[in-house]
Amino acid sequence: MSETLSGSTPAERAGEAGPAPVTTPAAGTTMAAGSASPHRGGDLLYYALHNKKLVFGVSLEALLVLVAILGPIIAPHNMTDYFASNQPPSAQHWLGTDNLGHDLFAEVVSGMRVSYLVGAIGALCAAFVGMALGFTAGWRGGMLDEILQMITNIVVMMPALVLLIVIGAYLKTRGITFEGTFIGLITWPWVARAVRAQTFTLKSREFVDLARLSGKRGFSIVVREIAPNMASYLFLVVVLLFGSSMLLAANFDFLGLGPTTGTSLGNIMNQSTLWSALQLHYWWWFLPPGLLLTGMVAALLIANVGLDEVFNPKLREQ
Amino acid sequence: MRRYFTRKVLTYMLAFFVGVTIDWAIPHMMPGDPVQLYLSNFNLKPAGYAALYKTMSQAFGTNLPLWEQYLHYWKGLLTGNWGISFWDFPAQVSTLIFQALPYTLALLVPAIVLSYIVGNRLGAAAARRKMLDNTVLPMGYVFQAIPYPWLALALPFLLGAVWHVFPISGGYDPGLIPAFSWTFISSLLYHWFLPFLTVFLVSLGGWAIGMRNLVIYELENDSSRYLRALGASERVVRRYAYRSASLPQLSGLALALGIVVGGNIVTEYAFSYPGLGHLIFEAISNQDYFLLQGIFIFIIIGVLVANFVIDIVYVTVDPRTRLSMQGASA
Repeated sequence: MSETLSGSTPAERAGEAGPAPVTTPAAGTTMAAGSASPHRGGDLLYYALHNKKLVFGVSLEALLVLVAILGPIIAPHNMTDYFASNQPPSAQHWLGTDNLGHDLFAEVVSGMRVSYLVGAIGALCAAFVGMALGFTAGWRGGMLDEILQMITNIVVMMPALVLLIVIGAYLKTRGITFEGTFIGLITWPWVARAVRAQTFTLKSREFVDLARLSGKRGFSIVVREIAPNMASYLFLVVVLLFGSSMLLAANFDFLGLGPTTGTSLGNIMNQSTLWSALQLHYWWWFLPPGLLLTGMVAALLIANVGLDEVFNPKLREQ
Repeated sequence: MRRYFTRKVLTYMLAFFVGVTIDWAIPHMMPGDPVQLYLSNFNLKPAGYAALYKTMSQAFGTNLPLWEQYLHYWKGLLTGNWGISFWDFPAQVSTLIFQALPYTLALLVPAIVLSYIVGNRLGAAAARRKMLDNTVLPMGYVFQAIPYPWLALALPFLLGAVWHVFPISGGYDPGLIPAFSWTFISSLLYHWFLPFLTVFLVSLGGWAIGMRNLVIYELENDSSRYLRALGASERVVRRYAYRSASLPQLSGLALALGIVVGGNIVTEYAFSYPGLGHLIFEAISNQDYFLLQGIFIFIIIGVLVANFVIDIVYVTVDPRTRLSMQGASA
């Protein structure tokens, strides 16, 4: 795979500063995508539609996205309305009410929107920064690579939570965009490491040498020759980052460091702990948001494995 | 090879310097004044406040210019004097840290190592075996997708609040005084179990899936084909595949253990567990510069040592990397 640190560190995930993409896609994806036939598009579509994991994951995710989009419209109550407090689920309130008497179904569906948004912003930010630095380090190598590696190490050991609190203290409100960007800016090292390692292996291939001989500039070789050969791999990494950003955001929100301008799923769980829902057996307050988030991330992971199999013939079931 | 190591050691030292500087700078960038925050705990008259404020600022050195504070910080760091905590006033930072460290280590090290062993075994067994793969894999994804805070709510709810099997918070029974006695140790274990279980479960899926993917890749490798062609049994082929696949996993383990010394804020917050993560949380909310800096040093050293170990292990153990490394640095 790579020389350093491209493995996953799941244990880190439970941790505070644990910006770990859940798993790196199986190695070898790059090579597979590189040597595809001219009829690649059609083949891929065929395999995509016949891959049970992909179809299942995508359908579940689509369903959940639909709930997130349509939820606030189909929800019988408004998030800001007040009703009797701490009611268990009923026909009136599908997921019960919280301590202030807000309808929890309305809160949860809008929380899903926030979680998706934070995840998407985080993944895109991390992909952008990580690719820029990873390609540079991998392509140029040498001292520049060494310096970029050092920056990567420093970002990894930066106390993310403390940083979040310090920056947050200067802002009047912490928004969804802020949380997403922040997550992206602490998780990019995972993309950078993967991209750097792949660039190293691709750099010594014949077609790159050929491009170099033909006098192409470094930037255009990276964009035209190297990047397309790891496009599928990069796509998988971004999908994984999307999921892990949502989980990381849940950790922050649970500690009370989430967006102050919206209700996220982690936020709801944080409120439930603050009001001792656990001790008072108000299970409807903290179980549904976590279950939904599990579904949202699990669907992504399953779709991701399916995609991995579609892109990489070696992984297809025999 | 020697050039490679000199360069690595140099960059690691530079990273240590920058990391230490950043960790000094971050708490100082926090708005607000720790001395003021500390004195607000007391009911003081204005004159007394002014006098105390002056004394305290002098004692903590917060009245000095920033560059002088920075130099003092390095001096204290190298001489082992990490200062006195604001939050738990007369206590030494090092005392607080070494009190909390055993809890964190006893909680996280077994959880991470056990999940590593079990996860890797499960993942390797599932690779390319249809029946197992179809059960282990989906379970692995679900475990991986569980938001940790939720697990830290759902398990204590079931096992604590509903069935009353385990206590839901604390490191030991609040009625006990820490001592080396059977009652205390059993209380420790009793309180340790739930946080341990949550960290173990949430880490399990990642190791299993990572190992499965790596073993599949190795089984398709030319080396495995060659072994099969030589007539080796499937068991032998798998054993070799497992060994080659262990390397990236091992680096993940080293990294996970490297950050263990920072504690696990979310776990320790959820269970009110008296470890380093809990200490960090208190230190942040009380603007305790010295305590924060002290814990950060631990984290920096942990991460750097882990990375360094990985670099060395990779170059010395894996001949493939050794070659590509020389190619890369040439």
